[in-house]
Amino acid sequence: MLTCKEFLQELNDYLDETGDIELRRRIESHITQCPNCFVILDTTKKTIQVYKGVLPQTLPQDVHSRLLKAVERKCSEKKLRAGLPGIQH
Amino acid sequence: MKKMPATQEAGIFDESALVAKAREGDLAAFNELVNSYSRKIFRLAKHITQNDEDAEDVLQETFLKAFEHLGDFQGQSKFYTWIVRIAVNESLMKLRKRKSDRSVPLDEPVDTGEDTVVREIAVWDENPEQKYSREELGQILDEAVQGLRPAFRTVFVLRDIEELSTEEAAEALGISVPAVKSRLLRARLQLREKLTRFFKRKGDDVFAYM
Repeated sequence: MLTCKEFLQELNDYLDETGDIELRRRIESHITQCPNCFVILDTTKKTIQVYKGVLPQTLPQDVHSRLLKAVERKCSEKKLRAGLPGIQH
Repeated sequence: MKKMPATQEAGIFDESALVAKAREGDLAAFNELVNSYSRKIFRLAKHITQNDEDAEDVLQETFLKAFEHLGDFQGQSKFYTWIVRIAVNESLMKLRKRKSDRSVPLDEPVDTGEDTVVREIAVWDENPEQKYSREELGQILDEAVQGLRPAFRTVFVLRDIEELSTEEAAEALGISVPAVKSRLLRARLQLREKLTRFFKRKGDDVFAYM
């Protein structure tokens, strides 16, 4: 049976579903017998879940506009250096 | 009628075609890439720098450098992974400048073993997020991430918020896969501990472990 320390070392592979079947079986066997590790597994899983989808991906419109303008300037500079015609509007 | 870009007509986001066009100086193609990834890059920069102004600087620097050096992009990795790497480097430079501490972010954290110590174990409420408004929850989660050391925070943001694979995160950070795994475990355990203080079920005991 896994020790609690070994359980912690293998926790990520279990959560990311990257561990092999034997490892999953050993972890599942450990948590049925160790309530503390069961709670750690459950709350770590919830920690990851709670971050997914909650933190917004927002980009203020003015930040976006300034970015596009800066890119346009860079494009003109690059074309100028290369001796190409500037951006056509 | 305005003609749609070929990639939109097909309904598919063909990244390599856009990159190829952008490399030839096609601004519209590059802007499509900007529009696809600017939100993610801004969020990533904001998480690492913890500052709106720095995040905007990082956002601009990232896309300007990407545009300037598109010729160096070999296409062996995804375009997104490539710009994440630029954004992470720019963000870390901001942190270093601010803290005047060149050793802060990408050095290997000293392994004292303390980062994997679990101090609090308590069952959480069934739906802990429902105890708080969306804004309050966002603040709790943000503050918890901000409390992590930069080396751990960066890995957590790339893996669990931006959903890069372990290998992509390693490539973006220029560190090994085992280093990503080790930092991610510590970050997750520390966040779990911080969030337990908010989300634990009332009346449950809290005790030390390991």
